Amino acid sequence: MTEKARTLYEKIWDAHVVERRDDGTCLIYIDRHLVHEVTSPQAFEALRVSGRKVRRPDLTLAVPDHNLPTTPRRDAAGNRVPIADPQGAQQLEALERNAPEFGVHLIGDADLEQGIVHVVGPEQGFSLPGATIVCGDSHTAAHGGLGALAFGIGTSEVEHVLATQTLLLKQSKTMEVRVEGKLAAGVTPKDVVLHVIGVIGTAGGTGHVIEFCGSTFEDMSVEGRITVCNMAIEGGARAGLVAPDEKTFAYVKGRPMSPTGDDWDKALAWWKTLPTDPGAKFDKSVHIDAADIQPTVTWGTSPEDTVAIGGVVPNPASFADPSKQKAAQASLDYMGLTPGMKMSDIAVENVFIGSCTNSRIEDLRAAADVLRGRKKADGVKWAIVVPGSGLVKRQAEEEGLDKVFTDAGLEWREPGCSACLAMNPDKVPADERCASTSNRNFVGRQGPGARTHLLSPAMAAAAAVTGHLTDVREL
Amino acid sequence: MEPIREIEGRAIPYGAKNIDTDVIIPAHWLKTITREGLGKGAFETVRQDPDNIFDSERYKGAPILIAGDNFGCGSSREHAAWALLDMGVKAVIAPSFSDIFSGNAFKNGILTVVLPQDKVDRLLEVAAEEDISIDLENQTVTTPFQDRFEFEVDPFRKHCLIEGLDEVGLTMTRGDAISAYEAKTASALPFLSGPRAA
Repeated sequence: MTEKARTLYEKIWDAHVVERRDDGTCLIYIDRHLVHEVTSPQAFEALRVSGRKVRRPDLTLAVPDHNLPTTPRRDAAGNRVPIADPQGAQQLEALERNAPEFGVHLIGDADLEQGIVHVVGPEQGFSLPGATIVCGDSHTAAHGGLGALAFGIGTSEVEHVLATQTLLLKQSKTMEVRVEGKLAAGVTPKDVVLHVIGVIGTAGGTGHVIEFCGSTFEDMSVEGRITVCNMAIEGGARAGLVAPDEKTFAYVKGRPMSPTGDDWDKALAWWKTLPTDPGAKFDKSVHIDAADIQPTVTWGTSPEDTVAIGGVVPNPASFADPSKQKAAQASLDYMGLTPGMKMSDIAVENVFIGSCTNSRIEDLRAAADVLRGRKKADGVKWAIVVPGSGLVKRQAEEEGLDKVFTDAGLEWREPGCSACLAMNPDKVPADERCASTSNRNFVGRQGPGARTHLLSPAMAAAAAVTGHLTDVREL
Repeated sequence: MEPIREIEGRAIPYGAKNIDTDVIIPAHWLKTITREGLGKGAFETVRQDPDNIFDSERYKGAPILIAGDNFGCGSSREHAAWALLDMGVKAVIAPSFSDIFSGNAFKNGILTVVLPQDKVDRLLEVAAEEDISIDLENQTVTTPFQDRFEFEVDPFRKHCLIEGLDEVGLTMTRGDAISAYEAKTASALPFLSGPRAA
């Protein structure tokens, strides 16, 4: 009997089935579980109430990120600077209490290794190709850039994984997003994923796991692949993956928690078997020519509201679907934009470079390359650069990037989720715009009334220099 | 969890499409460490309008919510399900749901009913005047005007909802199978069975 040709997703799925039920639901083993302070308190509370333990504390890693201010966390004397918001402080304290109580390793708020969970996991070698990785955060899909099956879960599922190290799941359909060709200068992984979401829509991947295939992703760095997979959820897919290859292996090797010796050899041998077999069928396929991708920005309040920087704000009447027309009009009202306006005429008062989408060293280098020897525009009141982890911060400082940012008039901060989601002091004021490298431009996402334009780190840096959305290639 | 068989009563004819979990419960409400009391923050931005549907006398405490396509997209926050539950919502009817939201809803005993857009449109119309009934046992949505719409539901989820079963407890009974899997992985794929202590 010849074996059925399988996709990368199907191979990882099959390797993790503990039990298959008659109705097709599977009990799936979870190899790595990342825990942060916002979606875990109620899960630990439920374990405590029912007298349950964490089954595999060694497969669980706790890192606070969402609530932490990005200002220094210890004063000169080494004492904790308290979180001003009492509820935020309470969640951090809950994690600091729950982790040792249940035997889970905690990276503390002021540790060098602290950072955004989705930056820390790959950086520490905790996240591995072929692994199933979950976290109570929808951007867990990011780890798919390593060729892992990674997805966000809710708090009840966090509890389920803590107690059983498994999840009950139905296998998703498979979707191929194939991009072929070389990216033009100035076009980055962020532009690729914004373009893809613009093409497939925010529900395009619902019920599916996306595999990003083709030469564009093969040529992309592992960090770039993490950026792309991070936003798979904005295209409706619970997970996105890129097949592991030599670049992935080189990225993973030698990290603090990565396998070594015999384990490494076994890992490598297995990882090489994971890429999708020739002839494997996807339930859905989308093909995109890399040459069609321009530096891309969003104009509305949904990540699918994308347009090339050379374009204009669309007219709601131009959409065929009446409900999309209505949504587009509501977006324009919220964003304070009029149809036909050139995207490059939109002035911004705020710039945010950071988030689990774009806060790795490569992102900071791209932003610094644009800002080197330049100054931020006077109209930009608030511009911050937030590294994804303490290790990214240290690396950037060793390369002198912090100096480039501060010389240009931007603020250099401590690692955390920051202005991506208005849960900590970094917020965008109402009715003001932010050129943001984060992943969501939802109403109120960066603060009540805040207007978000999603873009790449290089494009955010360009906006900081000119004070308006700008094609970085024209600087 | 409270068992669900039939849900009958007022249905909020909301109908909006692509409602993300930031709309269902804004991020600043995520700073709780318990599950209760989130109904106050549900649809907070929508409710800034004094004429909003959620605070109208007719729909306050309604057990059913009717929404548009792609309900619950965006952030994975389970607080969205807790907020709906705290508002009194026991079932949501929509043409489609985000995967994460429908999982979260189920785990908290909220039934998600998928119906085609034309059926949802009909229910939106009826809900303005009359009550709506959902019969989970027979998988139907009915109205006083003889409308009868059948819906699909995953058999396992149906069983759990009807019996009010706790999923964690159910899986813990499979401990031996999980241990067997762990033993197998430890020899075949040892690198997965535990990160090296950093």
